[in-house]
Amino acid sequence: MNSQIRTLGIVLMVLFSALFLQLNNLQIFSAHRLNNHPANTRTVVRDFTQPRGSIETADGVLVAESVNVDDAFERQRRYPEGALFAHITGYFSFTYGTEGVERTYNDALTGRDRQITLGRLGDILLDKDKTANVTLTVSKSLQQIASDGLAGRKGSVVAIDPRNGNILAFADYPSYDPNVLASHNQDEVRKAWADLNADEGRPLLPRTYRERYFPGSSFKVVTAATALASGVATLTQPVYPVLTELPLPQSTEPLRNFGGEACGGALPEILKVSCNTAFAQLGLDMGPQALAAGANQFGFNKVPPIDLPFGAESAFPDPSAFARDKPALAKSAIGQQDVAATPMEMALVAAGIANNGVIMTPHVMGEVRDSKADVLERYEPKPWLQAVPPEVAHAVRDMMVGVVAAGTGTAAQIPGVTVAGKTGTAQTGLGTSHTWFIAFAPAEAPRVAVAVMLENQPSASEFTGGAVAAPIARNVIAAALGAP
Amino acid sequence: MIQRDPVVAVRRTTELGLMVMAGVITAGAYVLAALGRSSSLPANLVPLLLIILALLVGAHLAVRRLAPGADPLLLPIAGLLNGVGYVFVARLRPDLAGFQSMWTVIGVGAFIATLALVPRTRNIERFRYTLALFGIGLLLMPLLPVLGQNINGSRLWVRLGPVTFQPGELSKIVLVVFFASYLVEKRELLSMGTHQVAGLWLPEIRHLGPIVLAWSFSLVIMFFEKDLGSSLLFFALFITMLWVATARGVYLGIGGVMFALGSFVAYMQFGHVRTRVEIWLNPWKVANDAGYQIIQALFAFAAGGLAGANLGQGSPQRIPAVATDFTFAAIGEELGLLGTVAVVVCFLLMVGAGLRIAMRAEPPFEKLLATGLTAILGIQSFIIMAGVTRLIPLTGITLPFISYGGSSLISNYILLALLLRISDDQAQRAAQAAVGQDSTQLGAR
Repeated sequence: MNSQIRTLGIVLMVLFSALFLQLNNLQIFSAHRLNNHPANTRTVVRDFTQPRGSIETADGVLVAESVNVDDAFERQRRYPEGALFAHITGYFSFTYGTEGVERTYNDALTGRDRQITLGRLGDILLDKDKTANVTLTVSKSLQQIASDGLAGRKGSVVAIDPRNGNILAFADYPSYDPNVLASHNQDEVRKAWADLNADEGRPLLPRTYRERYFPGSSFKVVTAATALASGVATLTQPVYPVLTELPLPQSTEPLRNFGGEACGGALPEILKVSCNTAFAQLGLDMGPQALAAGANQFGFNKVPPIDLPFGAESAFPDPSAFARDKPALAKSAIGQQDVAATPMEMALVAAGIANNGVIMTPHVMGEVRDSKADVLERYEPKPWLQAVPPEVAHAVRDMMVGVVAAGTGTAAQIPGVTVAGKTGTAQTGLGTSHTWFIAFAPAEAPRVAVAVMLENQPSASEFTGGAVAAPIARNVIAAALGAP
Repeated sequence: MIQRDPVVAVRRTTELGLMVMAGVITAGAYVLAALGRSSSLPANLVPLLLIILALLVGAHLAVRRLAPGADPLLLPIAGLLNGVGYVFVARLRPDLAGFQSMWTVIGVGAFIATLALVPRTRNIERFRYTLALFGIGLLLMPLLPVLGQNINGSRLWVRLGPVTFQPGELSKIVLVVFFASYLVEKRELLSMGTHQVAGLWLPEIRHLGPIVLAWSFSLVIMFFEKDLGSSLLFFALFITMLWVATARGVYLGIGGVMFALGSFVAYMQFGHVRTRVEIWLNPWKVANDAGYQIIQALFAFAAGGLAGANLGQGSPQRIPAVATDFTFAAIGEELGLLGTVAVVVCFLLMVGAGLRIAMRAEPPFEKLLATGLTAILGIQSFIIMAGVTRLIPLTGITLPFISYGGSSLISNYILLALLLRISDDQAQRAAQAAVGQDSTQLGAR
């Protein structure tokens, strides 16, 4: 009988080996496919019942937290600051998933990025809470000032520390209350979602980094920097003739200055008064290749690598588009026609000039801390683009100082602080303008760069940007620098 | 005396050491599971630790006294599986934890009682026909009108007052005892080929009676109790034992044909069999319906990955019947591949130890009984583990020592006691033979 018993042993061994292989298949080789299977809601629900870290501002204000509740999900996500931080934190919704920081830092907040390390086996015994808390670079105080500056007008305010890419303020209007989307009442959430989507003001849209506008004259900073970098212009040459309108090649329609004003001169002068005819001619002089290359160096046609999801890329046309359309090139040089930029991109343009031509990678995460407030991860600043050489950046900076000192941007002056800036008033073609102001300060050693954009302001003059947007920028800069 | 035999002493010391490890692992897992769920230490920790200690020490002392020469591996492994199973029952169904600890106490009691009541394996051989009747009675008991209960579409349960139990679990062991004794007696006859069909020597038709009877019984279980797993186990067990007893491969062939025939008829005739096979072939088609359970189990295994979600931190409650038939999937989710492979290895070690006992046993009855009992453990654990991993169609039977359930736990402890008894018998014989040899040598001098 022994040989039969031995055979039985072998058969059972083979069966158990098959089981072993199948377990390897399920738990290792097919695990990824099964975990991401559409019918698998396990990870979503698990995230919802698991503890989740909080999000707080640089100045210690809680903007997202999980509190214990007595329902099937056990924990409820709360956003104490409501709409003010909605476009940064995003939401954590069972029905509609995640958005914003809740999405990009989901693994840190749930602690999942730490679960895999065997070295932390001891932590499981000593300290079960593996969730981490995210500290933003944005401060509540500056965010509030930026938001107050918009005062219920559609638009965005972006403030960046040009030295390291820290986003200091990221405000836009309109916004929404993320608490309604995080509710556990599915019917309420669906209704709120439908209402928010039907709202013509598009409150769910983070205008700061996902909506593009004509940058108008604020784009002249890019044109001027590119002209200097490519050697097409210097600070003294060429001197553009004083004109009220510029006849365009291939077109019978001339390009006019705002309000029929006459302007001209060398680069610093034409930037100071934001002279359309001169900049249009400069664009034609540079040619499509140089201008497009310059715009790309500043980050156009790329999604900025910010740590927020679904960022939009700003657009500057491909040079081939201008081959048979010289008027388009002239208009693009002054930020019209087919140029479109997010408010964040224009803030990055200002930040690049401020930081010796280097645009740092923008980010909203400052630190990730564990539940005992020990820092797990600190954001390491990294350069994104070298937009222009340092000496070109310095020259543009000086010209932008002129804009605020005695040009279109005088409304941004702060006593005791040298502010560099540039206005923009982009005609929408509907009788209204998107008014812009980009700036940084102090010009000698910049610590803050700002872009302010207000949609569809009634306007007719190049000074509108200066009158409407510059004061908001001024307040944000003053607050950021701690000046009165 | 046999207690002073150095081999025996080593065996018992080994067992004690392994028992302590099993206890430590169980207690540790219990604490981790409680921490994972509520991040606080369980309130009943101290009494629970005392119970675990008492059970392990009690079982060990009983073996030391009643079967001192028995294999040292089986009891600690069973204790470990039982402990891990308890942790999962307590974690998945806190309402059943009290019952499961009660069943464990009764199970260990049954283990000790079996060792005490069966001092020699051969003692049970003479009750063979009584046991056969008892086993068949147990098997058919759920079909009785008042006693029988339908639970989850299967008629496997008997209700006596407040207690429900599955007599089928116990009947497997009783019938294995009967098979062993019957086949040992008839194996000469059964292994003789008297006439040839298609080049194969077949035994007398009348000697095929038992095999037909066993087959009919398994069909009855399948058709009337709707218990595919037990039916499969019962038949596989019988054929295996028949083959081991007679060394005639032809029985495997006949058994295979009969199994195929029974399966085919069942597939054609019975909706629940067809459904099981269809779910197995393509569960995704019925993902929110009949295939929900197995798919949730597959997701649980995948969610566990290599190291698992840690005890108390997965969501295995999403699998229906997770505490009984699907405990293995919960282990897969929370302990990962490391945990599931450890369980598989535990069963493989038990099978190995059981078959070693069978090989070493001299009397054919003990040999065959040990083989049959080990086959129950091996086949049953394979059927359910392979079922929940979709290696074979799912049939709802319990995972020995791990799943929730009193009948299962008690039966498996009795099974374990019988294996240890056979092992001890052989050790006693070996010791006596050694003593005999010594005295012969002394005499010669």
